[in-house]
Amino acid sequence: MLSRILFTRLLSTAVTLMGVAVIVFVIIRVVPGNPIAMMLPPGATDADIERLKAFYGFDKSILEQFIVWLANVLQGDFGNSISLRQPVSSLVLGRLPATLELSIFALLMAVLIGGGLALIGTRSRGTATEAAIDVTNGMALSIPDFLWGLFFILMFGVLLPIFHISGRISPSLNLDFSTNFYLVESLLRLRFDIFMDLIGHMFMPALALAIPLAAIIAQLLKQSLKESMNLDYVTLARTKGYSEYQVIIKEALPNAVLPTLTLVGVQFTFLIGGTVIIERLFSYEGLGNMAIDAVINRDLPLIQGIVILFAALFTVINLVVDMMYVVLNPKLRHA
Amino acid sequence: MIAYLSIRNLSVSLSNGPEILRSISLDVDAGEVHGLVGESGAGKSIIGKSVLGILPRAMGITSGEIWLDGVNLLSLSVAQRRRRIGALAALIPQDPLTALNPSRRIGPQITRRLVGILGWSKSAAQARALELLKEVHIENPEHVMRSYPHELSGGMRQRVLIASAFAAEPKLIIADEPTTALDVTVQKQILRLVGEMQARHRTALLFVTHDLGVVSKVCDHLSVLYAGMIVEKSQMRSFFAAPSHPYSRALLAASPKYDDLSGGLVPVPQAVIDQLDGEITAFDKGSRT
Ligand SMILES: Nc1ncnc2c1ncn2[C@@H]1O[C@H](COP(=O)(O)OP(=O)(O)OP(=O)(O)O)[C@@H](O)[C@H]1O
Ligand SMILES: [Mg+2]
Repeated sequence: MLSRILFTRLLSTAVTLMGVAVIVFVIIRVVPGNPIAMMLPPGATDADIERLKAFYGFDKSILEQFIVWLANVLQGDFGNSISLRQPVSSLVLGRLPATLELSIFALLMAVLIGGGLALIGTRSRGTATEAAIDVTNGMALSIPDFLWGLFFILMFGVLLPIFHISGRISPSLNLDFSTNFYLVESLLRLRFDIFMDLIGHMFMPALALAIPLAAIIAQLLKQSLKESMNLDYVTLARTKGYSEYQVIIKEALPNAVLPTLTLVGVQFTFLIGGTVIIERLFSYEGLGNMAIDAVINRDLPLIQGIVILFAALFTVINLVVDMMYVVLNPKLRHA
Repeated sequence: MIAYLSIRNLSVSLSNGPEILRSISLDVDAGEVHGLVGESGAGKSIIGKSVLGILPRAMGITSGEIWLDGVNLLSLSVAQRRRRIGALAALIPQDPLTALNPSRRIGPQITRRLVGILGWSKSAAQARALELLKEVHIENPEHVMRSYPHELSGGMRQRVLIASAFAAEPKLIIADEPTTALDVTVQKQILRLVGEMQARHRTALLFVTHDLGVVSKVCDHLSVLYAGMIVEKSQMRSFFAAPSHPYSRALLAASPKYDDLSGGLVPVPQAVIDQLDGEITAFDKGSRT
């Protein structure tokens, strides 16, 4: 079962990535804005422009460019960034850990906050506490992540400076890490000073990303938990001496979590999409921040590389969610 | 001496008004089987749920007492009540298809409470579960312990639920139509099994059913319920010999073979219904003043 899903998914992943590549490739070449013109000083002649175009292959037809690009990509070569003059692959992979750590930290926050609210709301269903949770959820849902970001910058950067609101790490800290997964590596090396500094930087942008997702999780999970509380086997458990929280967590939750899990998978990809603007707001040196620079500079190879990486990331996430779905559902597992 | 389970003047109503139970009183003593019969919607299940503390959210107990083993459950805090019910009582549910957690193997569903709440060792709980499964005549208990509910038949699942109900040696069992969801042939076996387990463990048993035939086989006493009111309470034998309330007579007459009363399709004479409605109106008037 698992291997069959894996196989069909790998196949469809390849097709998806191909489609994304074609679309991005065409769009960024059709929209106005000339990367070459931006690279050259104002006095450059037409001949200079033509030479540079030829150097980057922009003088050929889009189809030819695509075939050349694809042939290189299949060998792991995503070309060179025009603005940064370094290989796209190393630039993009260098920034990926920062974005992954931020997104996963935000996801964990969302699950903890949303899950906690769902449990409390279910425990106190029908009371004022539940109503308060519903109102809070509604408010959290109606405000997008970047507005939360602006709000936090104002609150915690300007009025109440507890957390850092800019960058990924304090420049004064001397980093001699061998990977860019700073958070993970600082833990492994037991460098808690660095770990806390990273968290201090990550907390606000992650919270901004997490709040809308937390509200969605709280709402959906509470809904399914409340339905599950009426299931016969949950009612039966309530006669066995367990506390209400034990019943909710051990009996109702496993059944109620599946729809939320699927939704979290989808929403997590939106959350990662949200990092583009949030990273910009908080000057966090991740992939999203780099993507905005790449677009401003019309850095076509870099844009392509980033988009393909995002697309690959999303399909991997969807795959993981599908796998979890099968693992958590014994009927599917034994089918 | 107060009976093991003693319900005194229990009234339950929906939070928006309508009365569901009207001052119910009934006693079930250790080793005794008390049948609860009545048409669909009469409130039989609600009596059981009141005792077990699992009333629907929309309902509340408005007055009365529920004494279990000498303690009025309604005088306890919610947490205390839950613990007491968990330790002393157990439910055999109506529908074995939905009463087991589909995502957990059978073994843990029986042993978890023994380990988690009663503090047994894992191996002791495991041994106890195997013993119980044998007691309910499951032939390959080791295999069943490792199965998921969807791998078992309805009858098997009900056996598992009966075993699970008796796991912590409760002194009171509430069986809410434990056979209605099963095939006719299986019904008889399960019914016999419930009687057998009750006799062996000397538990008090409150047996909810539609079926007067079932009552005649397993019960010592019975209460007839109509619209949340007990209209007759008698010894089993005297009931079948000479039911005292006209409604009981109508029930018996309507089911010559003591068949199913489900669906509320019992042809009760209009005069009897008028009398019942009169009694209910009189009761409601009395309780309001
Ligand atoms: N969750 C609920 N919300 C509101 N009313 C309910 C609920 N459950 C039961 N009732 C009402 O309470 C009354 C008694 O229901 P109960 O389930 O005790 O009937 P019963 O005698 O067990 O019937 P049956 O033989 O069909 O199981 C009925 O009028 C029913 O409509
Ligand atoms: Mg019922």
